[in-house]
Amino acid sequence: MELKDKLVSSFLAFEEEYGGENDDLHNIRNQAIKDFEQFGFPGRKEEAWKYTSLKSVLKHDYSFFPKKNDSIEYRDIKEYLINDIDTYNLVFIDGVYASHLSNTTHDKIDVCLMSSALNKSPYKAVIDNYFNKIAPKNGINSLNTAFTREGAYIHIHKNKMADKPIQIVNFSTGKETAMFLQPRNLIVVDENSHVQIIERHQSLTDSPVLTNSVTEIFADKRAIVDYYKIQNDKSDASLIDNTFIEQKAESLCSVHTFSLGGKLTRNNLNFYQKGERIDSTLKGITIIEGKQHVDHNTLVHHIEPNCESHQDYKGIFDENSTGVFNGKVLVEKEAQQTNAYQSNNNVLLNDKATINSKPQLEIFADDVRCSHGCTIGQLDEIALHYLRSRGIPKKEAQGLLMYAFANNVLDSVKIPELKKRINTQIAHKLGVEVGFNL
Amino acid sequence: MAYTEDDLKKELETKEYEYGFYTDIESDTLPVGLNEDIVRAISKKKEEPEWMTEWRLEAFRHWKTMKEPEWANVHYEKPDFQNISYYSAPNKKPKYDSLDEVDPELLDTFKKLGISVDEQKKLAGVAVDVVMDSVSVTTTFKKTLAEKGIIFCSISEAIKEHPELVKKYIGSVVPKTDNFYAALNSAVFSDGSFCYIPKGVKCPMELSTYFRINQAGTGQFERTLVVAEPGSYVSYLEGCTAPMRDENQLHAAVVELVALDEAEIKYSTVQNWFPGNKEGKGGVFNFVTKRGLCEKNAKISWTQVETGSAVTWKYPSCILKGDNSIGEFYSIAVTNNFQQADTGTKMIHLGKNTKSTIISKGISAGKSQNSYRGLVQVNRRAANARNFSQCDSLLMGNKCGAHTFPYIEVNNTTGKVEHEATTSKIGEDQIFYCNQRGIDTEDAIALIVNGFSKEVLNKLPMEFAVEAQKLLEISLEGSVG
Repeated sequence: MELKDKLVSSFLAFEEEYGGENDDLHNIRNQAIKDFEQFGFPGRKEEAWKYTSLKSVLKHDYSFFPKKNDSIEYRDIKEYLINDIDTYNLVFIDGVYASHLSNTTHDKIDVCLMSSALNKSPYKAVIDNYFNKIAPKNGINSLNTAFTREGAYIHIHKNKMADKPIQIVNFSTGKETAMFLQPRNLIVVDENSHVQIIERHQSLTDSPVLTNSVTEIFADKRAIVDYYKIQNDKSDASLIDNTFIEQKAESLCSVHTFSLGGKLTRNNLNFYQKGERIDSTLKGITIIEGKQHVDHNTLVHHIEPNCESHQDYKGIFDENSTGVFNGKVLVEKEAQQTNAYQSNNNVLLNDKATINSKPQLEIFADDVRCSHGCTIGQLDEIALHYLRSRGIPKKEAQGLLMYAFANNVLDSVKIPELKKRINTQIAHKLGVEVGFNL
Repeated sequence: MAYTEDDLKKELETKEYEYGFYTDIESDTLPVGLNEDIVRAISKKKEEPEWMTEWRLEAFRHWKTMKEPEWANVHYEKPDFQNISYYSAPNKKPKYDSLDEVDPELLDTFKKLGISVDEQKKLAGVAVDVVMDSVSVTTTFKKTLAEKGIIFCSISEAIKEHPELVKKYIGSVVPKTDNFYAALNSAVFSDGSFCYIPKGVKCPMELSTYFRINQAGTGQFERTLVVAEPGSYVSYLEGCTAPMRDENQLHAAVVELVALDEAEIKYSTVQNWFPGNKEGKGGVFNFVTKRGLCEKNAKISWTQVETGSAVTWKYPSCILKGDNSIGEFYSIAVTNNFQQADTGTKMIHLGKNTKSTIISKGISAGKSQNSYRGLVQVNRRAANARNFSQCDSLLMGNKCGAHTFPYIEVNNTTGKVEHEATTSKIGEDQIFYCNQRGIDTEDAIALIVNGFSKEVLNKLPMEFAVEAQKLLEISLEGSVG
């Protein structure tokens, strides 16, 4: 049976078991499964999926309803957490909340579960206002909406600041062979609030896993949201990450994506600027090899005047890997004085590696400054020669140059421990020893 | 008023046309609609050999299975392909008897462009003096070209006179099944030009000059084939800066360039079809497939100035097949009022050490939409391929749009690809600077636009660059404010 049919036919069983009593939600889910039935999984004929085929990841016989798995202990997952600082943790194992590994709060801020937020009355107003409001209807998003069950629910109330970073970690154990996970996160940041979030998807075994994650983020006036995505999964783990961010006036949002592993990773990252003087930052580092495939699909929608957006994506591709960058900046005619910057730089290390880049600008306002740049090339021969002439072997010299190339994306990471961690990972990946801390 | 010699001449002319051509026209127009019989009929009318008829039919059969492309960033009412007459003999009857009857607005434009009175008459469709200079000029041109062994004639003539050349190269760069409009063109093309430069010959003149004078109603499905043998050089210019008021709404042309080893082709286009009126009514749909093939060390350079047409859909491309070959694309696309342009290029790097340069300048004003869509593809074998792309857009007013859709696909470690794009408006400080020095705002804008487009204008043949510059000014007239 095709995966699509299988999903559609298991929807009833899902509704029966996890549907809950919320009628509105019930309607949303039913509509979503209808939409999914209509759209299906995107194919390569769709412009946005021209360079990424889901065929290879959809062929597995996935199981959708994971059993609760209590056998995972803290020591099994410790290395995947940023464990040298105090954080709030939301840990999910095979899509099920693991309370013994998590650390939540309701003190001034809500860091808790989607499942409880969906079904408990105190959260109803927020859910009604924000849930499923900005994720556009398409096969991927609707599928997630139809099977919405668990995920992170974070609500930072007005004038509050999350006192420590929040980690959302989704583990898969692959006990039941191939797993299909669909986490759903909702993050609401009220006026003048601030939050830092680290998100990670990690497989603990080698069995295939496909994650279709949808995250909706709402940043109200003057809110500050820093979001970090760590994608360094096993070689048979694939991820379709869909993140939608709506910003109100004078808010500041940044999303950093570090794609260092996994089989197929697709990042759909959309920013909607609904207010003046908004600043959006999208940054990414991709370092992959083997047959890995990473696709960044970004959209920044400038709707109102005087806003800024900064995009900076860097990629290093070795062996048979494929990198895709599809960035779009859309400036509406009311959005005068927009300042949009987009840059995508890539280095190819192997003739079998491929890069497909499509940096697009669609501009309807005249008083704007928009620029985009895209380069694909190699390491600077002169710089390489300089290092080698000073006794640094070729391989190390190359590593150092690549490290320097990718590193400036890290400058804007605001959690020092995270920065250090990513820094070490990148250095390790490139075979460089860094004897200094940044 | 006295009856002058001139009047007599004019009268004679008119009479001649009346008797000479008028009656023929009726019988030379095929009924509307498109089917195999029509394709056969076109082929027969052109007295084409069997293989050509078959070739057309194959294209037609394939066309029937194809769908009109919808991916371009343009919106228009699709033409009804069964409601078009696919062949009508060039209209030889003059539209007007003297320049006085011509739309004064059009004449005004001619004057601004600095076109000679004789040419004005020709372009506006006024009956032209029989002993016009150009006829003798044409003969001289033909002689010079023939001496060098250059073949330059209409494609129908070439099919008859040089079938071996046409058979070898037609459809070799743009296959008859390439895309919807190319297939349609292959099935029904009415006429076009054929140009053949023998080995090692450097074409002594810009073929533009010749072309401009000889351009008589080329029809709506034009087919151009330029073949440059090893080591040869040709510069070719099509189109015209003067506005062409054409009754055909749909234009689907195909241009094929073949540059063999060490050959160089420079192909310049100035397109100024009727863009529709200020309310966006009417205007020409211009759907063109242009492609060039570069063999070893060859070079193809496309230069285009696009100011006309209601809808433009055009991507002059280079297939850099041979090692060390070079592709260039220089473009200025100006859209005003309700015009829509989706234009750009494709650079396919197949050979080693291939180089390509893309400079695209888009200027949108009024309520127009201007898109750049380009592909740079570096294939696995294309070691040391190099590309530089720059796409700049200038916006005038907040009702227009500028879009950039670059596709970059690199499969080779030694490939170097750079892409840059900017979008901006004319700075108030720039205008102020000019105003301060006594240049009014309209002139200041023209000045700034010229500076913006200079890189591309410089690539046009000299005499055309001057006209194109004026054309830009005219196209943007009234867009201030």
